[in-house]
Amino acid sequence: MASGSSAMPAGDGDGSPAAPAQLHHQPHREGERREGHHHEGAEASPPASAPASAAAQAETYEATHVHAVYEAIAPHFSSTRHKPWPFVAQFLLAQRPGSIGLDVGCGNGKYLRVNPAIHILGSDRSAALVRLAWEGQRAERPAEDDATAARIGQVDVAVADGLALPHRRSAVDFAISIAVIHHLSTPERRREAIAALLECVRPREGRVLVYVWALEQASSRRGWDEGSAQDRMVPWVMRKPKGQGPDATYQRYYHLYRKGELEEDIVAAGGAVEESGYERDNWWVICSKPS
Amino acid sequence: MKILSINFLSCAIKACKSSSDSFPLHAKDAELVQDEIELNPDMIINVLPRLDWAALRTTSSELGFPQLPEQPPTPFELKADETLLKDLHHLLLETQISEGKLVCGNCGHEYAIKEGIANFLLPSHLV
Repeated sequence: MASGSSAMPAGDGDGSPAAPAQLHHQPHREGERREGHHHEGAEASPPASAPASAAAQAETYEATHVHAVYEAIAPHFSSTRHKPWPFVAQFLLAQRPGSIGLDVGCGNGKYLRVNPAIHILGSDRSAALVRLAWEGQRAERPAEDDATAARIGQVDVAVADGLALPHRRSAVDFAISIAVIHHLSTPERRREAIAALLECVRPREGRVLVYVWALEQASSRRGWDEGSAQDRMVPWVMRKPKGQGPDATYQRYYHLYRKGELEEDIVAAGGAVEESGYERDNWWVICSKPS
Repeated sequence: MKILSINFLSCAIKACKSSSDSFPLHAKDAELVQDEIELNPDMIINVLPRLDWAALRTTSSELGFPQLPEQPPTPFELKADETLLKDLHHLLLETQISEGKLVCGNCGHEYAIKEGIANFLLPSHLV
């Protein structure tokens, strides 16, 4: 799933996000320990809970505040997400012909066709987005009839959970995770998701590219910066044409990464940071696994 | 689901991953569709060392394709053998399962493929 980090549609709501009052399972939030932070969600005092039940709560929380939202907004979301981010496209174009890769959280599949000389298997937790990724090829490949067009094509996609990936270990040349990890609601689950990506790539040579939304985006119209709360709900507004009822607003959960945090998570997940940087309100890392 | 992708798919259940029976997944009740895609010899030659050849032989015979040789060709052999190059291109990239199931040989869990899309989400008791 691509994030709302660049080229947000006009309909995407601005202003202060709703308080993530449901974040009871959060063991702690970095942002709240800083001075001068925003206080959204601060009333959600984390109760002591067993790790197993915390994980189950996190999963239920994400089912409601991430998965269900993407299912609901999929067509509108997809219609605003056609242009590949240049840095990601560059990473894909630099892969040698015949490379095998994964796009975990492929959304509408905008990265699957960037380089036709490599093979990418895309997956997403949202069946609605996977369906759109699959159908995206129809426009580009006119066939004799619609039934044929629906069945054939260049892209390969599956519905899968990033924490239970269906791939044999240490086999692919690369994996990309673009604007996905920030939707997981605990540090443990974010690290687990990174470890799952690392597990798929070949030791040493294989590369994982991870993009997450940055906390430090003072120049964006959202204006969040160091010291803002890191865990928040971000509204997605679907404007309806006049006379067709009120606009629908959906709240998606995000964990905004502060500087250096993604690198910390990569190392904690057993990865080695090869390159890292900041681009368009996002932190990115290219990493490998040592063995 | 393309046959090339199936060579990189295993059971999604963590406990199965350490079992050699969880890969490859076995095709069941598979309906195939075939599509013409332009051959890129370099791509096929470079894909070769990434394949698990034994698993590809299993998948290919389960889907009714002629038996592949026991040993994979070397890149040099493949480059010189246009027929084999075309056959592999056809099997790996032009053929896909549109309907059917992929079954784990360890736990028996069946992953459905519908309209070309496989679903690997697990019921909560298996996560």
